Amino acid sequence: MTLVLEQALNGVQLGVLLFLLAAGLTLVFGIMNFVNLAHGSLYMIGAYFAATFIPWSGSFIVGALLALAAAAAVGMAMEILIFRRLYHRDHLDQVLATFGLILFFNELVLMVWGPAGMTISVPTWLAGQVTVIPDVPYPAYRLAVLVAGLAAAAFLYVLVSRTRTGMRIRAGASDRKMAEALGVNIRLLFTGIAGLGAALAALAGLLAAPLRSVHAGMGEDILVLAFVVVVIGGIGSIRGAFVAALGVGLIDTIGRAFLPRTLDAILSDPIADAVAPALSTTLIYLTMVVVLAIRPRGLFPAPGL
Amino acid sequence: MRPSSPATRWALVLLVALAAAPVLSALAGQMFYVFLLTKMMILALAAVSLNWILGYGNMPSFGHAGFLGIGAYTVAILSVRAAETQGGWLASTFVQLPLAAFFAAIAALVIGAVSLRTRGVYFIMITLAFGQMLFSLGEALEPYGGDDGMNLPLYATIGSADLSSGPVLYYLVLGLLVLALAGSHSLMQSPFGAVIRGAKSNETRLEALGVPVYRYRLAAFALAGAVCGLAGALLANQGGYVSPALAAWTHSAELVVIVMLGGAGTLFGPLFGALAVIGLEEVLSQYTEHWRIIFGPLLILVVLANRGGLSGLFRVRNNV
Repeated sequence: MTLVLEQALNGVQLGVLLFLLAAGLTLVFGIMNFVNLAHGSLYMIGAYFAATFIPWSGSFIVGALLALAAAAAVGMAMEILIFRRLYHRDHLDQVLATFGLILFFNELVLMVWGPAGMTISVPTWLAGQVTVIPDVPYPAYRLAVLVAGLAAAAFLYVLVSRTRTGMRIRAGASDRKMAEALGVNIRLLFTGIAGLGAALAALAGLLAAPLRSVHAGMGEDILVLAFVVVVIGGIGSIRGAFVAALGVGLIDTIGRAFLPRTLDAILSDPIADAVAPALSTTLIYLTMVVVLAIRPRGLFPAPGL
Repeated sequence: MRPSSPATRWALVLLVALAAAPVLSALAGQMFYVFLLTKMMILALAAVSLNWILGYGNMPSFGHAGFLGIGAYTVAILSVRAAETQGGWLASTFVQLPLAAFFAAIAALVIGAVSLRTRGVYFIMITLAFGQMLFSLGEALEPYGGDDGMNLPLYATIGSADLSSGPVLYYLVLGLLVLALAGSHSLMQSPFGAVIRGAKSNETRLEALGVPVYRYRLAAFALAGAVCGLAGALLANQGGYVSPALAAWTHSAELVVIVMLGGAGTLFGPLFGALAVIGLEEVLSQYTEHWRIIFGPLLILVVLANRGGLSGLFRVRNNV
């Protein structure tokens, strides 16, 4: 039972990272009607910036904040130089142009930081274990990731639903022309949202970096998971992204941890050995298929899309 | 498509040049180009099939490389079995290619049945996820190399030769590509093609006329999957190697780039696109190993210019 709880914590932690990525994707899509494949590149860039700034500044927090600011600047530059010219175009064009960005950023990272990849070590003050569940020591850093991610989610919730900026964002999403006529600077707003989405993606990247590795192309695998989250949650819905991210994180983690054993108990060994790895890696895609079969527009379809 | 349009003329010139290329490279002692052109034509074949759904049918699939993976792994599994059992017929090209197409078609039927319930961005994202699912399945296939992939123990045999021979594979691929292009032409002129193209411009109207659009689209999706599976089987034999990377979503995106760059929904667009992408890769990598740093921005510029791909370029020149 304690093992289940520990895996559940891991699942929520993966879910929180996925939410940070999916929130930016769904925000940019829901408000600007723009599909950004290069969102995974921002995740990667955040990790690389952090791997550079943390040793340079000597502090995890300062380095991370610098990395977030730098990634937000990259996101805003992308919006001003490229996204902006493609808002009125077909989604396929947007996808193609942002795929060009992926190629560019992956190669740029290889040229600047080299092919070997980077590592970010866990800050010493988070290196220990904590006891959340009695008798189960849990790495403090993993718990910190979970808390930081939830804090970012709470910040996003307050920003969008409780502040004047959030009101403008929602106005821009539901009727761009009307919001513009009422004096909202839509161009500035869209650039800001691109920057916010980039910072969230970079936060996910730098938080995940000490747990995984930092390498070129690291954004591509997780991007697909973020897409699955966005699709299950309903494109454009932040609430949907949150629920779906936690769901996908839990299903993926718990599936990988327990499915092989469960199948072993039910099926004969050779069949279980053959089926288990395939089933546990595809579990989230199967979840997506089931959700879409019942609700083709996701769990929380955003209005007006 | 008028038979005398500049795009058609260029395409026919290109195909004739392709037919002569192995002889010329043999004379020049540059057999490397045969290898490169074989790869180009296999990608063109995959792109032709993607063009049916993405170009003519407005079904922007981002998981098409998944079918390349299915075709390639069909070949790998049959080749391992043939090596184990000395079963000559399992190694035959005429067994491997149809089976590769068949399994890819079955997968496409299942994936299409779910994906085609959705439209637009949902369709892009769902096909992307399905492609990635096939990619993870490849990674989970431990007996066939897991995420490292594996070398084929045997190449597919054709008569007394096998596909490890450059020219044999080359002309097989060229023949299949020409067949696919001819098929593409007659398919899109047929009533079936009319429904696929009609559903692109006004699906609701076709539905109102009583046309079961979903079924037509599903058939087109399965057919495209089958031909892409064929391309995957050829690709496995071209490199003598299969790996899950064949099915990765970035590979699917490269196929989309080929179709869009060549001109989506044009007969010869995929051929021009494949030639341009492989050619650019080859030329740019002469200058730097980091050729993608140029290719990426180039792609963005092409999208921003919005000229309808290389086929569109011919059209513009014609009008001016």
